[in-house]
Amino acid sequence: MDDVTTAEEIAHAEHGHEEHELSFLQTYVFSQDHKVIGIQYAITAMLFLLFGFTLMMIMRWQLAFPFRPVPVIGGLLGANNAQLMAPEFYNSLGAMHGTIMVFLGVVPLAVGGFGNYVLPLQIGAPDMAFPRLNMASYWSFFLGGIVMIASFFVPGGAANSGWTSYAPLSVIATEGQTWWLVGMIFLITSSLLGSVNFIVTTLQLRAPGMSFMRLPFFVWAQLVTSFLLLLAFPPLEAAGVLQIMDRVADTSFFMPSGLVTGDGPLEISGGGSPLLWQHLFWFLAHPEVYVLILPALGIVGEIVANNTRKPLWGYRVLVASLIFLGFMSFIVWAHHMFLTGMGTTISTFFQTTTMIISIPSVVILSAMFLSLYGGSIRYTVPMLFALAFLPMFGIGGLTGLPLGLTAPDLHLHDTYYVIGHFHYVVAPGTIFALFGGIYYWYPKATGRLMNDMLGRIHFWGSIIAINCVFMPMFITGLAGMNRRLYDGGLEYAHVQEVLEWNQFMSYGAWALGVFQIFFIFNFFWSIRHGKKVGDNPWDSTTLEWQAPSPPPHGNFSTPPEAYRGPYEYSVPGASSDFSMQGQAPGANPEPAKV
Amino acid sequence: MEIPYTVAERPDTGLNNVKLGIWLFLASEVMLFGGLFSTYVLLRVGAVEWPLGAEFLNIPIGTVNTVILIASSVTMVMAYASLKLGDFAKYKTYMLATVLLPVLFLCIKGYEYYEKVSHDHLPSHSTFLAIYWTMTALHGLHIIGGIVVNGYFWGPGSKMWHVKREMFENRVEAAGLYWHFVDLVWIFLFPVLYLL
Repeated sequence: MDDVTTAEEIAHAEHGHEEHELSFLQTYVFSQDHKVIGIQYAITAMLFLLFGFTLMMIMRWQLAFPFRPVPVIGGLLGANNAQLMAPEFYNSLGAMHGTIMVFLGVVPLAVGGFGNYVLPLQIGAPDMAFPRLNMASYWSFFLGGIVMIASFFVPGGAANSGWTSYAPLSVIATEGQTWWLVGMIFLITSSLLGSVNFIVTTLQLRAPGMSFMRLPFFVWAQLVTSFLLLLAFPPLEAAGVLQIMDRVADTSFFMPSGLVTGDGPLEISGGGSPLLWQHLFWFLAHPEVYVLILPALGIVGEIVANNTRKPLWGYRVLVASLIFLGFMSFIVWAHHMFLTGMGTTISTFFQTTTMIISIPSVVILSAMFLSLYGGSIRYTVPMLFALAFLPMFGIGGLTGLPLGLTAPDLHLHDTYYVIGHFHYVVAPGTIFALFGGIYYWYPKATGRLMNDMLGRIHFWGSIIAINCVFMPMFITGLAGMNRRLYDGGLEYAHVQEVLEWNQFMSYGAWALGVFQIFFIFNFFWSIRHGKKVGDNPWDSTTLEWQAPSPPPHGNFSTPPEAYRGPYEYSVPGASSDFSMQGQAPGANPEPAKV
Repeated sequence: MEIPYTVAERPDTGLNNVKLGIWLFLASEVMLFGGLFSTYVLLRVGAVEWPLGAEFLNIPIGTVNTVILIASSVTMVMAYASLKLGDFAKYKTYMLATVLLPVLFLCIKGYEYYEKVSHDHLPSHSTFLAIYWTMTALHGLHIIGGIVVNGYFWGPGSKMWHVKREMFENRVEAAGLYWHFVDLVWIFLFPVLYLL
């Protein structure tokens, strides 16, 4: 939509925007093209992922070798002369690792990156419905990221009350917490603009013939995700505003009466509720879990169908489960709060809804596994990541069940078991799916394949290393090792037997870091040196493979049309083992070049 | 390829992009204020004592402000209706009223804030005043946003009517939907804070 105001501008715009000579800034920096914005989102998010991962690798030093000087970078850590890591700094690392990975890494890559780039292509749209909002969404995200990074340099360092920012600790924390809140408000604005755009695009800009039941599974996943972002984020924005008020205007929204700190009683009016913060936070943050996982499921669905050369098993059931999952995710949030003393009646309710929400998750995972049955599987690099995703997400999901039941949660809450559980969902789960997606759609964005051998090294190295990091967490967690311990549990008698795993996990984490170098190198090297391929290197069916690689501004030169469902692989009687969505019945197997 | 349905309605959804977009945005706004109203309920239920609004707030002034905002919603509808009837001059008049009435609202609100400050009734005074300040200020920001948007469609933005009439009508309709929402929030805020 061109926001034109004067008659001259309108007359100018009538010529259509293909004829405009766009400057460098308009093309690559302040672009309104969904593909450029998607790539901007993806690159920025991957840099944040690397940064957040680096923070974690530094933390793992302190956990493996507590109270030993940090090698090489010890002097940079703002710690004392002995190059030891200060406890406050460790807390900052923990809080910022979580925040950066979730809000600046995974979600912007999965939704902002993949969603922006792939979704309009898959539904046959020329662009997003509101290109200008799309640009605003990216820049709001970017500003939020800058604020978050900048907060490391304010007095007292970055936010150090955990990524959950529980009150009242966060209210009396150092200045970095205010920066965290301001950064979050930018990020929430970004996701609001993005989600409105995604929903309108999906509902309004579908090509002719692209009915809802012909949408690729990835599009469905993005649509449900967008609804979660749209409706779950605003309560956290409200909570963020209230916490800013608590910190800046000395209100007591989250501050109970009679609170005493090391400096004596606080001079506040009191009467607030720390639990209120938790409710508002988890009202966002539980749907956020599904924001992390649904786009990954969408990507895996695409890759699995393409590489088994058969349709996804139970497409309609998958879509129904997705919608049900999205709905249920709004009423499970308090299962993060069983230990807060909110009462057994409420706990029972949330325990029940949590058990119910596991049903659609298991249905989706089972359908993906069943899709493999009887397929002639091609073990391409994207498929390796997708295949690894399935059991890894399975482990992450199943280990979550004991946490959803109040009784075992009493023991497991806030231990490394929880860390292991959600990292299995997000790291070898979602992030592996995202890697798969990058290898899968890279030829669409660049016209070249990524190097296969480097991809395989990246995959096998990562899958082994990442399990070395997270599998022992179940052991140490069951033994009772708490999370957020500066010394990794050194002072606690009951975890002495499992302390040795701390070093093992740290070596795993650093090895994981080493194997990412193969990916980073591959990603940049292949832009110029990758093997050149045509528009549809994977013999895929969905509409994005019908556009040229890389797609020009406006995506398709002739308006595409969908004639069939998204996954018509190995249709009996068809002349090839894939029938593209945009290929008219009875036409040549290869659709006309558009 | 141009982006379709920016002006015309898509047959199967019965909507154009702008209208769907603004409704989704308003859904998100409902959740934002919903979070704040829930906060109010939770804090009030858990409080040992809670003051009546009248102890701190000036009900006549609040009533006047409520009337002003409702009037601005009416003029907004009249502005849109005039556009639909093709009467641009009337549109300009009604839109001007829609811009000026909330300015008056903000002036009165500013006077109320001034009174609070001079009595030392700041947000840190009590939970009631904290929620009063936070919610009315956030609502005030929404009012300012509305004034900017409506002011634009009254002033420089209105040139579009002469060239792309239907698109302009759609935009004014969307601005109107937003404006009614802001009005509606106040209609909840007024009894909750002043009367209950």
